[in-house]
Amino acid sequence: MRVLVAWCPDWSVTAGLFELAETDGGDGAARAASDQPAAVLSGNMVEVCNAAARAEGVRRGQRRRDAQSKCPDLVLLGANPERDARYFEPVLATVEELRPGVAPIRPGLLAVPAPGRYFGGESHAAALLAQHLVEAGIWDCRFGVADDLFTAEQAARQAPVQDCVVVDPGTSAGFVQRLPVTVLADITDGGAEGRELADLLRRLGLTTLGDFARLSAGEVSNRFGSFGLSVWQRAHGAAPTRLGSRTPPPELACEIGFEPPLESAEAVCFSVRTTTERFVRGLAERQLVAVAVRIEAEADGVVTSARTWLHPRCFTSRDLVDRVHWQLQAGLPNSGLRSRQDAGAVRAPIERVRFLPETVEPAADHADGLWGGGADEQVTRGVARIQAMIGFDAVRAPVLQGGRSVADRQATVPWGERPVGLRPLDRPWPGRIPGPAPARVFPSPLPADVVDEGGRTVAVTERGAVTGEPWRYRIESAWTPVASWAGPWPVDDAWWLHTDPGEGRGRSARFQVVGVDGRAWLLVWHRDGWEVEAGYD
Amino acid sequence: MSAQVVELLQRQIESLQGAPTRLTVPLHPAFDGLVQLRTGASYAVDSASLALGLAAGASQAGEWVGFAGWEDFGAEAATQWGIDLRRTVLVPEPGELWLEVTAALVDVLKVVVLKPRTWVDAKSASILDARLRARSSTLVVWGEWPRVEARLSAERVVWDGVDHGRGRLRRRALKVAVDRGGRRSARDVLLP
Repeated sequence: MRVLVAWCPDWSVTAGLFELAETDGGDGAARAASDQPAAVLSGNMVEVCNAAARAEGVRRGQRRRDAQSKCPDLVLLGANPERDARYFEPVLATVEELRPGVAPIRPGLLAVPAPGRYFGGESHAAALLAQHLVEAGIWDCRFGVADDLFTAEQAARQAPVQDCVVVDPGTSAGFVQRLPVTVLADITDGGAEGRELADLLRRLGLTTLGDFARLSAGEVSNRFGSFGLSVWQRAHGAAPTRLGSRTPPPELACEIGFEPPLESAEAVCFSVRTTTERFVRGLAERQLVAVAVRIEAEADGVVTSARTWLHPRCFTSRDLVDRVHWQLQAGLPNSGLRSRQDAGAVRAPIERVRFLPETVEPAADHADGLWGGGADEQVTRGVARIQAMIGFDAVRAPVLQGGRSVADRQATVPWGERPVGLRPLDRPWPGRIPGPAPARVFPSPLPADVVDEGGRTVAVTERGAVTGEPWRYRIESAWTPVASWAGPWPVDDAWWLHTDPGEGRGRSARFQVVGVDGRAWLLVWHRDGWEVEAGYD
Repeated sequence: MSAQVVELLQRQIESLQGAPTRLTVPLHPAFDGLVQLRTGASYAVDSASLALGLAAGASQAGEWVGFAGWEDFGAEAATQWGIDLRRTVLVPEPGELWLEVTAALVDVLKVVVLKPRTWVDAKSASILDARLRARSSTLVVWGEWPRVEARLSAERVVWDGVDHGRGRLRRRALKVAVDRGGRRSARDVLLP
């Protein structure tokens, strides 16, 4: 089988420049094609640099300071393998349109079974691919065609920009054996092993792969191990070619257009019902369910409302219809509490609604138990009705999280969302108050006063002692005598966040105070007064 | 034991058939012998801890519970009472629509705790009462309510563990008084 390899040199740099242009709002293709020297750094060392940077003397493995001294206007980019893969995806799709069976080898390198005669020969096919890739903004792409993958990759590395090197059938061995052993330093599956072997062969006086190929298979196996043997096979043009062709990702997103545009959220929800069913069914056919879905609504040809919704279990079509309803109404002013008359109006007539699955998971992970979740389903429907009434955010699910103050130790998430970014509970959290938790935790502390017997406000000294015994306290209006109290427990929280010592709250300390009426409060003293954080009601 | 189970199952069958029965709602052991929650009735309490405690038994028994109008809900205290937060619905600020929201919660939840923001008139309360009976749910009101089955109040709360700058709050002993339309009973309860 003949293999065609497409190689985009220094792909990390190209992808980094694309991303940089995206954040700046410029044209990524123009920026990547320009002669601006750029390098990707990993751990303060140059990992990859482009041709312009190489011309200035920047090399792989160079320190950042040396690279910048060689080339002061070098654009420095961070290493990010995910970014490289993400920006390579459109390249794969472009090639896939012309020739199915694309095997991604790594970001910047892909292989396809070479089209023999379909495009009028191998070099014509490569020229056609080059044309499409350049149209897609990939200016630097090179192609190689050979009998096996290794030879084709080496051929692509010798090709000029946007051109192709074809190694004729049966001449792979001759082509490979003329190559210097230094090419082993760059082979895909070698890594450090490849670099070591290249270095070792050079020191042994074997300068070309041909010299290496003239050793016997047994000697190579004994001295250089299985990796050496696989390189030896490649040098004979006899390496097996296995292309892990990818299956093009299925199109799971669904959309529906409205002509004429719809002006009320109710009408939109009614019309998207079949689309949501198609969306959920499309996922179900692949044994998948969506746990995060992005819903986009378009009006006048622009996306006016887009939001990602997370689901604690998985989305059904009714859930999606609810989300569309909430999303379209959330854009309205005073959406929290609406009168019934203006419920359902949308800001601009909606002409298109799109559902994009952001996270899909295997359906088996979300299957109902044998006895079903009947009651839960009923609760979910009932709560969705309340959400339609007073707004999506008004119904909450309380969750616990780690933290020091009582308010930090809990959080609420909108009902139907998954809690994200919670602090872990299983850490020690020094400074938290042990014992029974307060039943009332005020979302924002209320002002309070605590005075000693002489009517002076109680404070805490720098050494953590109280200036007087708490005698009376006032939380809302009336003064209550103190029956007993505990504390002070100094709070040493996040002082490093305030650069100016006068800016933060400074020293503070917590107290538990029990009034003569039997009510207990968690009070906190700051330099500028007392506050009540929670009540043990 | 088995006779009790048969009786319980029979009552559940009756409730499914629509008969106007009044099931007992499981309660936290701290309230044993003090009060018995029944579906279709309202109960008033004057303390947040008692409200959490009344909802805790049903939550431990696997039912869903809800809290409306309770913006300073203490999630950790609820967990310590034994309320399962995964089966808890919280509507911190229902605003002017509190009656509709509570009625919708009553539709689907076993125990609903309501903290009314304003004074409640008898008409709104009777609407909710009818809904409670129809849906076999229980309403616990933290505050005032026109007509209730029983009113629980915490009296003589004594905290243990604090002593003028030393120690910390550990547990409290309180006398819970139950007022059933004039008949009063009271008992000392020790809460952790």
